[in-house]
Amino acid sequence: MDVTIRVKRQDPEAQDERRRPYWQEYPVTIADNATVLDALIQIREDDDGTLSLRCSCRSAICGSCAMRINGHAGLACKTIANTVVQNGVITVEPAGVMPVVKDLVVNFDMFWEKIEAVDPYLKHMGQEPEGEYIVSNDAMLHLSSVTACIMCGACVSDCTVLEVDPTFLGPAALAKAYRFTADPRDGDAEGVSMERLWGLSEPTGIWDCTRCNECVQACPKGVAPMDRIMAMREQAIQAGYDNNNGARHTDAFTESVGHSGRLDELRLPIKSVGMMNLPALMDYMPVAFRAMRRGKMPPIMHQNVENVEAVRRIFNRTQPEPASPQVSNNSPFG
Amino acid sequence: MKYAFFPGCVSQGGAPELYPAARMVCDRMGIELEEITGWTCTGAGVIQEKNQLFGDTLNARNFAKAEQMGLPIMTICSTCQGVMSQANHRMRNPEYLAEINSHLAEEGLEYSGDSEPKHLLWILIEDYGLDRLGALITRPLNELKIAPFYGCYIVRPTEALDIAEHPERQQSLEMLIQLLGATLVDFEGKTRCCGFPILTINQRNSMAMVGKHTSEVKDLGADAMVTPCPLCHLNLDGFQPKAASQARRSIDLPILHMPQLIGLAMGMSPNELGLKRHIVSTGPLEVKMRGR
Repeated sequence: MDVTIRVKRQDPEAQDERRRPYWQEYPVTIADNATVLDALIQIREDDDGTLSLRCSCRSAICGSCAMRINGHAGLACKTIANTVVQNGVITVEPAGVMPVVKDLVVNFDMFWEKIEAVDPYLKHMGQEPEGEYIVSNDAMLHLSSVTACIMCGACVSDCTVLEVDPTFLGPAALAKAYRFTADPRDGDAEGVSMERLWGLSEPTGIWDCTRCNECVQACPKGVAPMDRIMAMREQAIQAGYDNNNGARHTDAFTESVGHSGRLDELRLPIKSVGMMNLPALMDYMPVAFRAMRRGKMPPIMHQNVENVEAVRRIFNRTQPEPASPQVSNNSPFG
Repeated sequence: MKYAFFPGCVSQGGAPELYPAARMVCDRMGIELEEITGWTCTGAGVIQEKNQLFGDTLNARNFAKAEQMGLPIMTICSTCQGVMSQANHRMRNPEYLAEINSHLAEEGLEYSGDSEPKHLLWILIEDYGLDRLGALITRPLNELKIAPFYGCYIVRPTEALDIAEHPERQQSLEMLIQLLGATLVDFEGKTRCCGFPILTINQRNSMAMVGKHTSEVKDLGADAMVTPCPLCHLNLDGFQPKAASQARRSIDLPILHMPQLIGLAMGMSPNELGLKRHIVSTGPLEVKMRGR
């Protein structure tokens, strides 16, 4: 197969224009079953020894060759070239978010700092067991899908939050945190990781995720970091860490729909930032005023859907624990 | 052609201009819409992070109602599309579907698991046909440069959205923009997050996302951005002034709902399509359209 590999190159240490990103095209002839990595190695061996990239196992195990292929992160060694060629071209760029060292090689310092920040080791609170820790097969099987992470950084590369805010813990570190919050050996005697969930509920943690699914899509190992972040939100709310905008938003949203069938868009932001949070509420005023002038305000009186009783019954029936509050008739979403 | 219509909350709430615009355009195409009575919110992915079973049961309830009507489902909201597709994907597990149906039985409803809800954007390409739509274009938008903005839910995760069987779904907005006669302004951010889901949680990051996408497209010379998602519209349009002040620059990029752009190319007036309701003025765009 004849294909052109279009590579985004950069050498930040160069003294000439190569300091800034530029595109270079390499026409190559490759085998039909060649991977993108095969093509890049061929270029480096035969055409241009200055092209820098990282790779090792070529089998999607070591996690070295994550890069953006046609704009989306993935492992070059796991991507068959002829499945991604577009009009005879494959576009290859370094992973996003992390700074470029040279060409397709990025600096992973921030990646490892974030992993370290979530204390990636078991922390058993209270009394140590006398013998070994006994963990059920089901619990370990569940964790095996998270421990499949090979630390390739593809999720971090494509994270929409890290793109604008480098302080966010990010998908890889948060998936790693879940590996412990979901481990029965971590936390208290019931396996609830109170201390972790408290810390993860702070800004830069679980509530800063936009649920954009980029990390789920990018992960070559099915770790689904975003799904783990959502699971930790549920864990945190259940552990009682619900005094923040994220948890209030989720609670208010669920209650609004559980009570009326639809979203009360007018009251949701008010309940999310907190009824008594005057500075935050004032902050919304200009936006609300502009919307009102354009006739864009949601209805003041929120309407219930037809046969709303059926929706309320479903809400009550699907509550996870008997201790959960039921929707009452004097709900603020009346 | 007839569909069970699922408009979603925002098209009648924060973006009330979308609902009539979509109905007008479908009317012109001869697509009949019968709204599902008593439809509920899909959960928008928010309910699902607290109680997935409740969220998925609500979706199954909407699907079951449409099945009673004997009609396929159309939505005009990308977020609804994504959440419905994800719920449907999970309900391919027969045990889970049975559990959900046990909660619907009280209302006399049962969901077969066979529904395939579709966004109007997909329907145009897969069911209606771009050729037929092209024949209704009386006012090609040749003078306009338009950027697509998909957002997240209508493109990811690809497994739940059946992208492998329908690869054209990832190019659908670009195909539409070009069919309507406009010049496509392509940009990398078109499938990124608009920031809306974290608006009340981390407004600074949310505004940074709005500012990044809108200013990038503005600097590429686009006259407007078009989106199939009313939630993206709320943030990209409604909060653009705030994002601009955070970015310390002017942006002023009109954001159009997808049916509005189609309506303009069908010769409908900006007024009847509700362009006056947008926060960012569509004036410059209208002047450009009048000026040829």
